Amino acid sequence: MSGFVNAFVDMFDTATIASIVAGASGLLYATMGETISEKAGVVNLSVDGSMMLAALAGFVVAFETGTVWYGFPAAAAVGVAVALIIAYGNIRLSLNQVAVGFVLFALCTELSRFLGRSYVGRPPVFVPAWDIPGLSSIPFFGRVLFNHNVIVYLSLLTVAATYLFMYRTRRGLALQGIGERPEAAHARGIPVNKLRYFYTAVGGALIGIGGAAFTLDVRAGWSDGRTRNLGWIVLAIVIFGGWHPVRAAIGVLLFGALQAFALNLQPEFPSLSQVLPTMPFPAMILALVIVNWKALLKWLDRYPFLRSILRSDPPTAIGTRFDVG
Amino acid sequence: MSLELRNIHKHFGAVRANDGITIEIETGTLHGLLGENGAGKSTLMKVLSGFHAADSGEIMLDGEQVELASPEDAIAAGIGMLHQDPLVFLPFSVIDNFVLGSPGHRRLDRRKAKSDLRGLCERYGFNLDPALPARLLTVGERQQLEIVRLLWLGARVLILDEPTTGISADQRGKLFATLKSLAAEGMSVIFVSHKLEEVADLCDRVTVMRRGKVVGEVELPVPPEHLVDMMFGQAVEIRGRYPVPLGISHLTIDAVRTATGLLSEEPVSLDVKAGEIVGLAGMEGSGQDAFLRICAGMRAPKHGTVAVAGKNLTGKHYRDFLAADVKYLPAGRLEEGLIEGLTITEHFVLTGADKRFFVDWAAGRRRAEDQVGHFNIKGTEASTAESLSGGNQQRLLLALLPVNLKLLLMEHPTRGLDIESADWVWEQLLARREEGTSIVFASADLDELLRYSDRILVFFSGRVIGELEAATSNVDEIGMLIGGRTADVDMGNSR
Amino acid sequence: MSTRLTNLLLPTAVVLGSATGLLLLAGTNPWDPLRLIVEGSIGWPPFEEGTSAKIGDTVMVWVPIALAAAGLIVTFSAGMWNIGIEGQIILGAIAASWVAREVSASRPVLVALTLLAGAAGGLLWGLLVGVLRTAGGVNEIFGGLGLDFVAVSLTTYLILDPWRRSGVASTSGTDIFPDDALLPSLSGTRLSPLAILITLLAIVGVWILFRGTLYGLKLKAVGRNRRSAFLMGVPTNRYLLGAFMICGALAGMAGTSQATGFHFKLIPSISGNYGFLAILVVLLARFRAFWVIPISFFFAMIAVGSSQLDLRLDLSSTLGGVLQGVLVLSAMFGMGWAAFRARRKIAAGAGGAG
Repeated sequence: MSGFVNAFVDMFDTATIASIVAGASGLLYATMGETISEKAGVVNLSVDGSMMLAALAGFVVAFETGTVWYGFPAAAAVGVAVALIIAYGNIRLSLNQVAVGFVLFALCTELSRFLGRSYVGRPPVFVPAWDIPGLSSIPFFGRVLFNHNVIVYLSLLTVAATYLFMYRTRRGLALQGIGERPEAAHARGIPVNKLRYFYTAVGGALIGIGGAAFTLDVRAGWSDGRTRNLGWIVLAIVIFGGWHPVRAAIGVLLFGALQAFALNLQPEFPSLSQVLPTMPFPAMILALVIVNWKALLKWLDRYPFLRSILRSDPPTAIGTRFDVG
Repeated sequence: MSLELRNIHKHFGAVRANDGITIEIETGTLHGLLGENGAGKSTLMKVLSGFHAADSGEIMLDGEQVELASPEDAIAAGIGMLHQDPLVFLPFSVIDNFVLGSPGHRRLDRRKAKSDLRGLCERYGFNLDPALPARLLTVGERQQLEIVRLLWLGARVLILDEPTTGISADQRGKLFATLKSLAAEGMSVIFVSHKLEEVADLCDRVTVMRRGKVVGEVELPVPPEHLVDMMFGQAVEIRGRYPVPLGISHLTIDAVRTATGLLSEEPVSLDVKAGEIVGLAGMEGSGQDAFLRICAGMRAPKHGTVAVAGKNLTGKHYRDFLAADVKYLPAGRLEEGLIEGLTITEHFVLTGADKRFFVDWAAGRRRAEDQVGHFNIKGTEASTAESLSGGNQQRLLLALLPVNLKLLLMEHPTRGLDIESADWVWEQLLARREEGTSIVFASADLDELLRYSDRILVFFSGRVIGELEAATSNVDEIGMLIGGRTADVDMGNSR
Repeated sequence: MSTRLTNLLLPTAVVLGSATGLLLLAGTNPWDPLRLIVEGSIGWPPFEEGTSAKIGDTVMVWVPIALAAAGLIVTFSAGMWNIGIEGQIILGAIAASWVAREVSASRPVLVALTLLAGAAGGLLWGLLVGVLRTAGGVNEIFGGLGLDFVAVSLTTYLILDPWRRSGVASTSGTDIFPDDALLPSLSGTRLSPLAILITLLAIVGVWILFRGTLYGLKLKAVGRNRRSAFLMGVPTNRYLLGAFMICGALAGMAGTSQATGFHFKLIPSISGNYGFLAILVVLLARFRAFWVIPISFFFAMIAVGSSQLDLRLDLSSTLGGVLQGVLVLSAMFGMGWAAFRARRKIAAGAGGAG
């Protein structure tokens, strides 16, 4: 028991929190990407696979060119390509988004294993650290927020940008509209399907960048199944976050905290060392259960403020196709 | 802005929805477009608002020809359309709905939009709270939101498609007043409806359509029989109803009340005998649908009892009601009645009496073929549910009903059907009645209610506000009750 | 060209084209890898002398895939995406492992018990997903996924602690099960006629379920339109749970086959990702039970035979997995494209007649 308490308390030190923020960058990009895509009405179920394939692409390009920065656009391109396959299959060919997404998950996972085998164990190219001068000396916040690298900073900015875009701009509002009620958006002159292609691609790009953030920073290097299961976590966090970028970002950080907690537990419970790293995953799923519990929701109806924080409503037209005329 | 449609043609497959339509609408007029369901009014308005491209013909705005290939074009041309079910985004706030899709700066200035919204609302006497999620608005309020939005976007032609379905009499009055003042300000308003009285009440001119063509255009006022004549080609006769001896009580609702929401304040009681037809009237959301669901066993009341043929079924599961020979047919034929992807035969097997584990497909197909012929369904036993037209789907739904039905509950039995199909549906229902089935149905069509019911229950604001004998009542009386006005008390907009 | 012909030729052409393209891109001609895959799985020429061990392996890979696929047809018909299939296979394997280790009885009884236990384990795990869905409102994709993770964790824990190998705990798995618990097989191979029989029975059973029973028809109804089915009096929740239970039971038996018929012990990746592979099989088979048989076998051939690619052609064995994915994706798009063209034709034809 004391082991648990110790592990828990140990988390609340600056170094741990800073590492949680640093380690969250990949998931933050990918979660923002998937949130955008799903808000527009397209579920990208391939995330686990496309993120891995993009992560590989990022690593390979960075490795071959010697420049870490070239890896990110390559990864983004992979993400875009996969996302567009889903969008095209659904919008033009009326294929089921989930079906195409799943097959792509399988395919991209295998592709990453196949194409990456000669890159296993190669020395990674790192994103250079970059402490923001001045800001990084602020006690606590300096260490936690400003003592990282560009990729981490940009991940936080991406969250802010996604939120501001969605809720503070006209186009962002239109984005919400096409996923909520495409007929109504269409009636207002918004080009629903064109935008769905666009936002799916944007989502794919961010997912790709998220993958690259792992192989070039958080877990630099490549091995078989490097980013395994992270894509499924992204999908769960999007739901957990109620399709809201800020809530999803909080979910990502919570997940990171859970992982840190599991890590702290390892020395206390060595026999579970293989098991513990995977525990945060079912924990997230459990959280989903709670968030969706109908009985709980009924009780929450009496507290509208709480409800608005915890409620998890998908965009009404998610997963569906929109046909003009 | 003056509007002219010249020789508009539009077909869907073999159906000529619009067959050479020519209409002229002058600036600042309230122009009615009158016709029965299926006359082609909606298609024409969809062409005008950019949803469909006409096959041929021209559209002139202020004397200049315009191409309306998409809703974007129509909006740019100043044409605004208010749909029957206002296309609002339900979870979004009023202000977000107001602003969504409007041109302007990248940054969304909600404050400016809010003041614009307030200004417009004040001008027309609307009361819309910008922060409220749209799903909490009534249909009438959603219309108001759409109207101010279209005005804000600079619409000079306003098309309203069947706007009075599902709004209170009070809101209707307000809507008409708004439209009149808009017309006075120079807006061209097109009022599309199948409701004669309203068109006659509101509009300056009327174009009547029948079967895809324009059959006449008159300046109002004009005697209503004239309009009826144009709409139907001949005067409509009330189908004779002959009395049927009533039997035992099939449905006894005693002082039923729900825990919350509609029907929670005042108890409702109803006794329906075999062979009786009871119509439920009222605006959408007044409680009739909730009441039907209680009768069907889909919802248990908090107080009171529900008994079917003497057996107390209060609080029992929906399946117990089914077993007691009660059947509930919701309005959504494909959404809540038939199953897409399944053939007619499969539907019959699913609802059939043969409950054995292994299906006798040969017998099932035979039965299906039988019923297809008997009910004149345009299709074969292998046709899938979604391949049938609306009217044929309704036929199938009725064919699937069990033989000995004590109680049939229907939500809007003839919604969206053309006259021929609607007549046929009632023929079937009356035949059932003769066999002793009790029928309780909700409808928005006052004529239908008067024509077929023995008694009519009128709902308003979650309670029964009146009960009438159809034989001695009339449209006005029902209309008043629907609007909340009893003989002595005007319930107004109480909500 | 007639639409039916197009519907058949177009997808086939797309599939062949992408497979060829993939292999060319991988740096080889299309024939060698395919020949090697066949040789590695059933021998080349097929079924010649000395290939019985390989064939046995291929068949015993076919068994879990086909069983899982048969189960998935049931859940798909009920409108569910049973991503939890992996966990259901694993729990079946765990249950069978428990019986193999703890129960002593005569061979036939023991084998029967492992199969029953496997079915029970998978059934319970599937039921859990179903309950999470019906009572908890959790989308079955995520419920299933979460339970997959839990199943994997459970396996790892069992292998490293309570069931660890005598001596040093190792991630290579538990001790080998006693002979009596293993599925009876032809000497020298893993091939178990019993397993083949059960698999074929399962497939035929699923086929009959949907072709000729009221239960199957109701399941289909629930899958297509839950609301309408409910109004017709079908107890929809019960049917959803039933679908998960049937699928879980079949998946559980697949797990038994893996545990006592292939690996003969419990290993960390006891399900071999065959659950996900089965989803691909069902998508490719367009949810038709009989097509599951050849397609599963084809995928099993690729799985077993692609180990040859590494040895002989210096191509990674993971090319097999890529091939499987490319096949399904191109088939889906081929069929989607054919349907798209067919719809286009109908629309054009109808418009002209107006």
